[in-house]
Amino acid sequence: MTTYYTKSHEWIRLDGEEATVGITAHASEELGELVFVEAKDEGTDVAAGDAAAVVESVKAASDIYAPVAGVLSGFNTKLSDEPTLVGNDPEGEGWIFKMKVSNPDDVTSLLTAEQYKSL
Amino acid sequence: MTDSLQRTPLHALNLELGAKMVPFAGYEMPLQYPAGLMAEHLHTRSQTGLFDVSHMGQIRIAARSGDVRDAALALESLIPADYAGLAKGRQRYGFLTNDTAGILDDLMVANMGDDLFVVVNASCKEQDAALIEAALSDRCVVTRQFDRALMALQGPQAQEAIAPLCPAAVDMRFMDVIETKLSGVPVTLSRSGYTGEDGYEIGCAAADAETVARALLAQPQVLPIGLGARDSLRLEAGLCLYGNDIDTTTTPIEASLAWAIQKARREGGSREGGYPGAEIVLRQAREGVSRKRVGLMAEGRAPVRAGAKLFADADGQKEIGLVTSGAFGPTVQAPVAMGYVATDYAGNDTALFAELRGKFVPVHVRAMPFVAPGFKR
Repeated sequence: MTTYYTKSHEWIRLDGEEATVGITAHASEELGELVFVEAKDEGTDVAAGDAAAVVESVKAASDIYAPVAGVLSGFNTKLSDEPTLVGNDPEGEGWIFKMKVSNPDDVTSLLTAEQYKSL
Repeated sequence: MTDSLQRTPLHALNLELGAKMVPFAGYEMPLQYPAGLMAEHLHTRSQTGLFDVSHMGQIRIAARSGDVRDAALALESLIPADYAGLAKGRQRYGFLTNDTAGILDDLMVANMGDDLFVVVNASCKEQDAALIEAALSDRCVVTRQFDRALMALQGPQAQEAIAPLCPAAVDMRFMDVIETKLSGVPVTLSRSGYTGEDGYEIGCAAADAETVARALLAQPQVLPIGLGARDSLRLEAGLCLYGNDIDTTTTPIEASLAWAIQKARREGGSREGGYPGAEIVLRQAREGVSRKRVGLMAEGRAPVRAGAKLFADADGQKEIGLVTSGAFGPTVQAPVAMGYVATDYAGNDTALFAELRGKFVPVHVRAMPFVAPGFKR
């Protein structure tokens, strides 16, 4: 499975029509240790670039955007008790939400790992 | 970072320490060091942290008569605190008020024996100095010392950390101020701070700042701490941030700061009133106010932050206040906040609701500070 990236520092990994979304290691470092993570309710329709979740450090709240259009289909409930999981493993165990994407081809317009690294 | 930002005397050291620098009050300031905000906050509460707060303004006020009491009396024409009654070597909190009893700035004033030593907020220092000069210059010599460095050493091990460098610091009590030497450098040393912990604030000449900072950082208990943790520490301690929790639209009584107006300046006191807006403050102290600053704790883990509206009901129909500071408290391990609520809702443990991303989350009015103070009385 290929992972794609956004300029706003999300990653998305597609498995059929369902995608897993989180934030990049770079974003996690910039935000510092997280104290709270919350996604919008399952079933919420989102367009590409809509706020789909929020992550909070001691000091600030930051929106996490849907990389492509779709419907939210799950939240990493482990993060409710253990928000630091995002910082410890941002692109693995620290994933934030899942979504059914409207058009799987949309992800190909996002950044590749190579392109994201060169930002 | 634009060229117009000023730098503190510890700028080079901050960069060397790996600080993430941000613009704050016209200065390039360290937001955090490599340890990060959370670790810095917890380190300050468990051991000791060193803060560069050189952006703050230091002002000396000497009476032309030569009697420091005359300078204190003159300053009382701008501030509702009892400074004429402040003993030599002691420091006291206060605030400058305007004609509508709004707060122009909050500050610390120390009686140094020969003159007064004043520390004001960075964002207000030009305005404060101009105001003090305009009001006091006939009776006093007002000297801006904005080029001096200021550091804060804060935490339960602050005394242990400073003792080898400055033995005189050990015998000081909370709010004592002395002129002494630290590592051979002349410093103005107070036993006070902005974290709720025991600790010191250290003023010195810019050229000596690095010597002092390096000597303190070489102590095993001490880590450099940025402005990010300074904010979460002061919030847990229930201390106001000027510009957020108090400003020209809030009066001392609304801000629950009546404790900083000593008996001599209150109704019936020997020097009652006599500062800008005094009639309003005296009336509010007598008759009460329609809103009060209170501490707030939210249920759950989601921080309720500055700007969040407060409601009496879970449906958001009856708005009764506003959050002015809020964050996740790393020591409390829960969201902590302060804000203004209608007086009917200001009692401890009153259940309220804060608007958070379109939802209404339960919060309770709670006594401040949120952490037990560590002052050495």
